[in-house]
Amino acid sequence: MRRLYGFPGGVHPPEHKTESSGRPIAPAPLPARLVVPLLQHIGNPAKPVVQPGQKVLKGELIGKADGYISVSVHAPTSGTVRAVEPHPVPHPSGLPALCVVIEADGEERWVEKTPIDYLHLDPSEVRNRLRDMGLAGLGGAVFPTYVKLNPIPERSVPTLVLNGCECEPWITCDDRLMQERAPSIVAGARIMRHLLDAREVIVAIEDNKAEAIAAMREACRDTDFEVVVVPTLYPSGSGKQLIQLLTGREVPSGGRSTDVGVQVFNVGTAHALDRAVNHGEPLISRIVTVTGNVRRPQNFEAPLGMPLAELVTLAGTPREDTTGYIMGGPMMGFDLNSDQVPVVKAMNCVIARSERLFPPLPLPLPCIRCTRCAQVCPVRLQPQDLYWFARAKNFGKAQEHNLFDCIECGCCAYVCPSHIPLVDYYRFAKSEIWAREREKKAADRARERHEFRLQRLEREKKERAEKLAQKAVASKDTAAMPNPDAQAKRAAIQAAIERARAKQAGIEPRNVSQLPPDKLKEIQEIEARRAKLREAMQKQPGDTP
Amino acid sequence: MTYVAQPASVGMIMGKVLLALGLGIAAYVIYFGPAILVSLTLASLAALACEALVLRLRGYVIAPFLKDGSALVTAWLLALSMPPLAPWWLVVAGTAFAIVVAKHLYGGLGNNLFNPAMAGYVLLLVSFPSHMTQWPAAEMLAHAHLSLLDAAIYIFTGHLPAGVTLDAITMATPLDMLKTQLKLGHTVNEVTRAPLYGYLGGRGSEVIAAAWLVGGLILLKQRVITWHVPVAMLAALFAAALWFHVYDPDRYVAPWFHLATGGAMLGAFFIATDPVTGPTTPMGKLIFGAAIGLLVYLIRTFGGYPDGVAFAVLIMNMAVPLIDLYTQPRVIGHDSKKSDRS
Repeated sequence: MRRLYGFPGGVHPPEHKTESSGRPIAPAPLPARLVVPLLQHIGNPAKPVVQPGQKVLKGELIGKADGYISVSVHAPTSGTVRAVEPHPVPHPSGLPALCVVIEADGEERWVEKTPIDYLHLDPSEVRNRLRDMGLAGLGGAVFPTYVKLNPIPERSVPTLVLNGCECEPWITCDDRLMQERAPSIVAGARIMRHLLDAREVIVAIEDNKAEAIAAMREACRDTDFEVVVVPTLYPSGSGKQLIQLLTGREVPSGGRSTDVGVQVFNVGTAHALDRAVNHGEPLISRIVTVTGNVRRPQNFEAPLGMPLAELVTLAGTPREDTTGYIMGGPMMGFDLNSDQVPVVKAMNCVIARSERLFPPLPLPLPCIRCTRCAQVCPVRLQPQDLYWFARAKNFGKAQEHNLFDCIECGCCAYVCPSHIPLVDYYRFAKSEIWAREREKKAADRARERHEFRLQRLEREKKERAEKLAQKAVASKDTAAMPNPDAQAKRAAIQAAIERARAKQAGIEPRNVSQLPPDKLKEIQEIEARRAKLREAMQKQPGDTP
Repeated sequence: MTYVAQPASVGMIMGKVLLALGLGIAAYVIYFGPAILVSLTLASLAALACEALVLRLRGYVIAPFLKDGSALVTAWLLALSMPPLAPWWLVVAGTAFAIVVAKHLYGGLGNNLFNPAMAGYVLLLVSFPSHMTQWPAAEMLAHAHLSLLDAAIYIFTGHLPAGVTLDAITMATPLDMLKTQLKLGHTVNEVTRAPLYGYLGGRGSEVIAAAWLVGGLILLKQRVITWHVPVAMLAALFAAALWFHVYDPDRYVAPWFHLATGGAMLGAFFIATDPVTGPTTPMGKLIFGAAIGLLVYLIRTFGGYPDGVAFAVLIMNMAVPLIDLYTQPRVIGHDSKKSDRS
């Protein structure tokens, strides 16, 4: 038996798991039209590589990873690209984002699947392939998986933790996945262990998921993976809290889990990794819990890009008193502002709202400093103080009291007898601080630029004066002599001009990375015309001076 | 955002406090007569009226604030601290000061620096000392008994029933008597042999203290309060008393006597635990409670007043911001050695 260490605070809201945990995962029928966002992960959005009218196969690349923190995006089914344009996406901001719209042809024709021979390939090559297969964490934070599988050489990761805690109420997608596809999860964990060179593998599952524990134990029987049952307490599924619970080690403030030698992956990510590596299937679907005010709550394996409205009808036509949808759980989730948003990699759960299930909270009363919030805070913050500072817009003080250590789990707001939306205040304070920091940086840059310009003007003035003085001296000394130096100088100048020209030809126009492909094509055509013109000019040497 | 909340509210917390006070009030009525019920009712009505009036003047919605129960808790704690036969205007004036000045002039619910009930009590104690020291005798020691109606008539008109004198129904408190008798050169042992004293504290009042203790334990069990303040306060009071008692048992009364008399138990579980005017950190609560316990002992033993709970609480209220500042707990993931403020 592994010793558990626990973490401070935590709450135990009503679980509401049985509504959806009893039924098996059902495959969602293929929708006629899929809207696939190019940004479904933390980091840079993928660059679109398809054009309207183009035919794509299931699993074909439609967006290429752009930068270090980014992953690729793939067609969830075969069909025709209808548009590459902004669409509403599931995000708290409610702002539209660039999406690839695909009309399904119903044939589900796959691209050629190429499994990855991870045991023999170079690890960095494996990671590049994982990036190109679109793998991102499926626990909700959607961090690019390949980045987390890249341990810094001087900092080893002896412990790999598979997170099967799923501590938020209502959500059961990981629970069902562990019950039904435990061997695949274990296979994924093997790959992770190989890439991280981890010494031990822990599968952590909360004690309210007996079937999942049994299934994972069975699947781990021939391995040295350890299935650890942890008490049901929110937020034990949060990475840092889980690490503290299992190892007693605290992830340093502002640091990462690898700082204490642990890397945590959601069980769904391990499953996706197995599909990608052992079967050559990029990440094009995920398990989504559809629950709440629906007739038949259930988990569905839904293609990414499937419209939410179609997904929820799979759980029966929505009840009349449905007032909207929450993405995620009731502790950390957010309202979806439209039922036309697509399923994305981050969508682990959709809860239909109603006044009966989620009665509106009473009017907030003033804080009476009862410190119930501090008693349940898993980070041991003083939420009542942070609230006070945020309200007074005393952001410096809030930062001093470690505002940025807040993990926004919502425990404080859950227990507050005055019903103050505490987390909303912390988010407000954080965003204000970020905005100010940005402003300050911009102002600093502008000042530096200005100072640099003044310096440059000064220097140029001085240089000109020196040159003039030198010239005066030189002309006096060598009045009529032919100068070999001058000729060499002229040749050097000519060479520099040539170099500059060549460099100019090689510069790519900026601000085009996020344009839809038809625009890109247009730009390319213009560039081609320009190049032709340049060529024609060079053919007439008589005109150049 | 968080869509769910525990079924808890400020009103429920205050309601639990009022319920937990019920036990001590029942003991009060049994041992000292029903007069306390009159002053409790009077203080409650005055508090609600003042609260509603000030909320209206401040342009607040009245209903949710009146329902939060905080005004009632203030009223009850004040009434329970006062002599139950105090004239009606004294109760009303104290309550009005507590609600209007100590609570609302500091910003209302959640913003006041001083415990409103104790502020009201101290105002009355220093302004009307003769009225505030007229304590009733326990029923078994009194020469006459007042019915509820008699008590109400006395409180509102100052008239006692025919044949009953004030001396027949009032008496010095155990703490007061101890103080004066010790000054006259008697030993503790001689003084506490008087019929006024019971097993641990005063006759009757020790039972009420026990009832406050049980009520406090209920609040602890209900998680309305944490253990820090009451344990620290009672432990400090006990330790200080024990130290002096061992030093000279003739001049310094036993530590359990201190716990069982005056406002020690009521103060430890119901007054010093006021969340609004107390510290928020666990360490801060310990310091706050211990300092109050120590101050109570010093005021009782060496000060000019027989009991010191109200003064001790108010004095320590002033130190709360400083205590909070210097007792911030280590945040998870932060170095324990390095101070966060540096």
